[in-house]
Amino acid sequence: MSFIKKSPWVIHYDGTSCNGCDIEVLTCLTPLYDIERLGVINTGNPKHADILLVTGSVNHQNVEVLHQLYKQMPMPKVVVAIGICATSGGIFAECYNVKGGVNNVIPVDVYVPGCAARPEAIIDGIIKATEILEKKHIEMKQRSKAEKQRSKEKKAAKKNV
Amino acid sequence: MNAFTAILYIIFAPVLGGLLSGFDRVITARMQGRKGPPVFQPYYDVFKLFTKQNAVVNRTQTFFVLLFLVFTIFTGMIFFSGGDILLVIFALTLAAIFLVISAYSTNSPYSAIGAERELAQIMSYEPIVFFTAVGFYIVNGSFSINDFLKAEMPTFLYMPGVFIGFVFILIIKFRKSPFDLSTSHHGHQEIVKGITTEFSGPALAFVEISHWYENILLLGFIYIFFAWNSKFSPIVAISACIIVFVFEIFIDNVFARVKWKLMLQMSWLLAATIVFMNLFLLTLIL
Repeated sequence: MSFIKKSPWVIHYDGTSCNGCDIEVLTCLTPLYDIERLGVINTGNPKHADILLVTGSVNHQNVEVLHQLYKQMPMPKVVVAIGICATSGGIFAECYNVKGGVNNVIPVDVYVPGCAARPEAIIDGIIKATEILEKKHIEMKQRSKAEKQRSKEKKAAKKNV
Repeated sequence: MNAFTAILYIIFAPVLGGLLSGFDRVITARMQGRKGPPVFQPYYDVFKLFTKQNAVVNRTQTFFVLLFLVFTIFTGMIFFSGGDILLVIFALTLAAIFLVISAYSTNSPYSAIGAERELAQIMSYEPIVFFTAVGFYIVNGSFSINDFLKAEMPTFLYMPGVFIGFVFILIIKFRKSPFDLSTSHHGHQEIVKGITTEFSGPALAFVEISHWYENILLLGFIYIFFAWNSKFSPIVAISACIIVFVFEIFIDNVFARVKWKLMLQMSWLLAATIVFMNLFLLTLIL
């Protein structure tokens, strides 16, 4: 029974957002929506987090930043793109400085469209993300088991030779 | 108290500590008008952390975190087997130093700030903790915790000033506002998660478990303030522990974080006035 579903820790990154979606994300922490009921903690630290919430789109300056944040998160991890700007660039998609949605830089698992995305939709997105997290966790365990099995077989084969 | 209670401590302290941490989060949430997580949430957090990849900067940091855990358990073992209270205080400080070294070993600026703030915190609470041991010696004539449990009257009645000082520095030791500078319990952003910034996965889980062991140990300190050789002693002492714990949560929710200078000044002022006067009067009376 994996506990990653019951304790998803979140890091929130703001790309080129107008802050509308950011405010809605932080609203989820307030008493009206209280996302801590689900065990969610908004850590500001990628090394502690499981879910990367990205609002706003990607421009030339934050490509490297997003990359760094994603690389620093330990496995298993998921990315949730919140708002239409993070999904595809939104109404700014054709601007000269905007590269588009977050999926141009890092693999996105859940898209939460909206402008601004509603807190209910954001919470829904996080719940979907926890289910994907659990799947990734099971895959990670199976992969490490398979690797151990393979290395055991290799050692046994070497001994026989 | 003997070796058996020490073994009980090793097995049950993380269970109880986790539950305490869960109640802490629920009570904090209710004070803020929210519902809060389920009470067992800290267990879920720790088990989840064990399933995460351990992304370390170097292997030294995990080694020192393990030393921090081992020495915290060792300190608790000494305390709950009725040992020497001075040894308990020194071992606890040593455990804290291991955490500081672990944070320094990562060479990260956020960890370094957290480590320096942790050192300032240790500097702030050490005088009062030491005065507490001295106070127990003056009242009971020995440093052994087994002797404190056989006292004639609760030691609290002899040293209320020392108790006030100890509850004050308990705010620092529990890592609650206004003195949660090095790694805050509730604030999770970068500098404020300071000393634990570079830990992830299992290392972070070990830090959390060590905090549970430490919290039970600190509540044990509150217990011995109210211990005397009567059958009412456990009820009174445990009620005192619960009251102090809820009081700490209340203080946490009411005050904002202060700068390290103010924390140092306030705790040393308290040590020099109320706590020291209490001990001085005790030497005159006893």
